[in-house]
Amino acid sequence: MTAFGAIILRDVKLGLRQGGGTYWTLLFFVLTVTLFPLGVGPDLALLSRIGPGILWVVALLASMLSLDRMFQADYEDGSLELLALAPLPLELTVLAKCLAHWLTTGLPVTVLAPALGLLLALDPAAYPTLMLALLIGTPVLSLIGSIGAALTVGVRRGGVLLSLLVMPLYIPALIFGVLAVDAAVDGLSARPHLLLLAADLLVAAALTPWAAAAALRLNLE
Amino acid sequence: MANLHWLANPGRFLRIAKAVSPVLAGLTVVLLAVGLALSLQAPVDAVQGTPSKVLFMHVPSAWMSMFIWGVMAVASAVALIWKHPVADIAAKVSAPLGAGFTAATLLTGSLWGKPTWGTFWVWDARLTAELILLFLYIGYIAIWQAIEDPQRAGKAAAILALVGSVNLPIIHFSVDWWNTLHQPASILRDGGASIDASMLIPLLLLAAGFQAFYFTLLLWRMEAEIAGRKIRQLRLLSAQA
Repeated sequence: MTAFGAIILRDVKLGLRQGGGTYWTLLFFVLTVTLFPLGVGPDLALLSRIGPGILWVVALLASMLSLDRMFQADYEDGSLELLALAPLPLELTVLAKCLAHWLTTGLPVTVLAPALGLLLALDPAAYPTLMLALLIGTPVLSLIGSIGAALTVGVRRGGVLLSLLVMPLYIPALIFGVLAVDAAVDGLSARPHLLLLAADLLVAAALTPWAAAAALRLNLE
Repeated sequence: MANLHWLANPGRFLRIAKAVSPVLAGLTVVLLAVGLALSLQAPVDAVQGTPSKVLFMHVPSAWMSMFIWGVMAVASAVALIWKHPVADIAAKVSAPLGAGFTAATLLTGSLWGKPTWGTFWVWDARLTAELILLFLYIGYIAIWQAIEDPQRAGKAAAILALVGSVNLPIIHFSVDWWNTLHQPASILRDGGASIDASMLIPLLLLAAGFQAFYFTLLLWRMEAEIAGRKIRQLRLLSAQA
């Protein structure tokens, strides 16, 4: 378990320090959200209606853009091979890296979301649901993303291919996440949507490390 | 499992494929001809009128779009577990065919939707799931193109095919879970098919014809792929010499 914790700590540190990209990801999140009022016009009624969708789509893009750093740098400098040879099963290494990726993208995005909701005139009553939905949903993005990141780790210009592979698999999390926030805005119970989102998270947590670890082994052959 | 390994020899597979594919091609022509003739004579829907004829192209395409991903998932599992070279090739050459049937499903569906629903496209659960399936096919094809070494590309694509097969049950049950614009199942449902035999028989004949069409193309494409790999191997050898 100490190796598991050490990998998380190392990846979080790398993400936060110079060149790690965590702050860029957050800046991307904020900047892209501010593009929408400029693009669709400053009509607050319209923005508050499409606000949950905007926040979710941009959170998804921010998570996806930072996926390449999950394995790519370790692959290039060779440390990924050492991680694969280490006594800790590669599946758990993948899980640790997913957690570290979530801590440096999904979690800060979740914390920032209410502030951006304010800019989009989102109903304040929906903030707890928005944060809860992002808290459950963004780990799904990191987990599913790990499959794409592992599959494209040795591929030149793999970034676009990576998004092509993971975007279709992100869609259930996006649908349930937006439905939960919409329900809260309309004063309905968000519980069923949050439960489905949680089911998505559990399935992803149970299955994706196997697929991602298999893809990593193949790329390390 | 003995048969599986017996077919793993590409040379033996090719001999069988060359014998079977003309039979399948003939069967395709007969089934499609009879099915099309009967479907043109079948009565039109009382409410929808002539546009209901789209059924005969739309439903078999939709079945094939899901069936082919299923074939790819099974072939990928076989390729990953037993390192079966022919299964690997079957999965690879199936993908463009599956993408074609998926595109045909979406196209015929939107042509059917315009006169009956009043719109080419709605964000209905089943339509969206079918569109996601098309994106999955494209992603699968893209990964084969991105990785040069066929061995590695095959394994990476196999992992993606297995992960993507999660989408199949979602498409099939989406009309039951989210009851929106697309009609629920009328053939594979509890209590038997709810459409008349005059429409059901041509539909099933065409579905069988589409299956035969797919397997014919599959065998032809597998033969071509094996020949292509031989050429690639010979080129590599001659470059080394």
